[in-house]
Amino acid sequence: MDKQTHLGMNRTGIQMSPLDSASLKTIAAEVSPDIGGSSDMAAKLRGKYIADANPIGSVPVPGNLKGLVGTAMEKLTGNDIEVLVDKLGERLAFERTGVRLYDALLAKTSVLEDVSEAMVQSLHRFREEELAHFELAKSILLDLGADPTAQTPCADVAGVASSGILKVITDPRTNLAQSLDALLAAELIDNAGWELLIKLAGHVNHAEWIEKFQLALKQEAQHLATVRLYVENEILRDSAVLG
Amino acid sequence: MPAKLLDSKGVKLENQRFTWKEMVGKPISKLDDDAFTRIRIILMNGIEIDALRLKHAIARFNGELRVPLAQIRRVEQHQATMINWLISADHSPLETTIAYEQVAIEVTAAVAQTEPDPYQAQTYRFGLLEDFDHLYRYSALLDRLEGKDANNILQSYTDIIPGRLTTNHHRAPEDDVRNPYNCRQAALITKIHAAMITAAEYQTHDYYMNIGPTFADPVARQLYAEIASVEEQHVTQYGALMDPGESYLEKWLIHEAMEVYNYYSCVEQETNPRIKAIWERFLDYELGHLTTVKGLFEQYERRDSAEVLGSSLPEFIEFKSQREFVRKVLTDEVNLRTRGTEFVDRSQESTASLEYRRHICSEGVAAEAVSAGYRWHEGGELNTKSDIKSKGETVYG
Repeated sequence: MDKQTHLGMNRTGIQMSPLDSASLKTIAAEVSPDIGGSSDMAAKLRGKYIADANPIGSVPVPGNLKGLVGTAMEKLTGNDIEVLVDKLGERLAFERTGVRLYDALLAKTSVLEDVSEAMVQSLHRFREEELAHFELAKSILLDLGADPTAQTPCADVAGVASSGILKVITDPRTNLAQSLDALLAAELIDNAGWELLIKLAGHVNHAEWIEKFQLALKQEAQHLATVRLYVENEILRDSAVLG
Repeated sequence: MPAKLLDSKGVKLENQRFTWKEMVGKPISKLDDDAFTRIRIILMNGIEIDALRLKHAIARFNGELRVPLAQIRRVEQHQATMINWLISADHSPLETTIAYEQVAIEVTAAVAQTEPDPYQAQTYRFGLLEDFDHLYRYSALLDRLEGKDANNILQSYTDIIPGRLTTNHHRAPEDDVRNPYNCRQAALITKIHAAMITAAEYQTHDYYMNIGPTFADPVARQLYAEIASVEEQHVTQYGALMDPGESYLEKWLIHEAMEVYNYYSCVEQETNPRIKAIWERFLDYELGHLTTVKGLFEQYERRDSAEVLGSSLPEFIEFKSQREFVRKVLTDEVNLRTRGTEFVDRSQESTASLEYRRHICSEGVAAEAVSAGYRWHEGGELNTKSDIKSKGETVYG
């Protein structure tokens, strides 16, 4: 596996085929669009579908109402339960996928020669912490009487949003810097996710949750800072090789 | 070389073996490989998938041939896998769509110029202008939805301008059926052309039907629904070019010869050595299939396969930009429509098609919505401002 960025025969730009490109540019400039208007036309079509759309799905009804009985739960009002279950379900799903992201990255680092042992150890530790955060989200969902095996709407949407991250890291052709960059996006989202859960726990005034979520956030903040540093180091090293 | 190729025995069927590792090899580079390498990959995958399709259809009607059909199909399934898995994962479905339309344009244009039967050639030119238009509509979608330049895929080989407006492709079914060649009189190249373009269009149709619903954007979902419908019409059109009087074995024989012809064309022109080695291997495999089917044809039909195939392969299809030909066809034939099997001026289009179109487009047309006011510009339509700054040019708008 070639880890470095290199110059080569990238054929995508117009400079690679000046004659053909000139011909294409000329005719594109000469021939007018056959349909008048602008991209507003598509926006209007989209607007109609948006106005008429059904939601992605529903938050599952907690199957075990026992979890709802308790001093903290009595403070939950309105949509609190739905929102908590939805966002905890999202965190659970994201952390579970996060474990798989680290697994995929570790598969890559295992065949790279110049990856430091310290980096590998850190990646292993972060993987275990992602797994612990998955367990944390699961335990709170169980406290709420919710089903942690259900896929909530926000869990589903978050999975769609992060599907590209998984695709980048699992592609054998992407190098370490590219893979870490994708992981950095995941960690940024993850940090924001725990920050939000802390606010939600504060909203329902649940001190025990706040404490647990803050610990998770502290660990995620370290993941973020470390992965960001790894990305910078890889890019700078690559740049030094090129220079 | 082509003169003797049809006499080659190729690799024996029992020696045509694969491992999973072989089938799932290294993909091409979306960025660095030549667009024509990807064109060949898409074309050959379409042809192999059609080989499976034809053989399954034959098997439904014929008990005796089921085992040899299954044996050859197994190899073709794995050929198709090895070929299709060459497409790298960084192609978004919409980028792959752009590549599919490039295949339809460049390959159909090449076929149209070498097809000796004037009616069949006219049919290819007619269909060509529709796929050419699809490329423009999808390019607008790629730019306006994903913020990408279709020319990153096309590599300046293919123009991105309106063709025959997609709205006008929607015809009554009876206006999509064409006249077939006469199998006793048609040249082998005519039979090969009809089989290969039908295969390519079938693949495009199936691809759009599969990936259309994977898009979230309703405009994309509508555009894929609309163009998939046109591709189904194209399968009807090109499929009708083949003589319905040919026997199952005769069609099978032609298909195998068509596969040989196309692999041979790929071998002759491939610029990526690793991919060329695959074409060479599969050319030998196809010659093995052809040998088997020749034997079956002679055994069951008591006819010499040379009656169908002649003695030599036609000159290979040229994989190159057909820009000037396409532009001429666009200028001369954009206003053609159909009435039954005839190609007519738009003023004489059949009332059945006009009525069909009036209804199906009565709640809007995605091809129009997505491309309203769209003009391709290098780097995307958002890139026009930077041109003013850097070059001081007047930019159209």
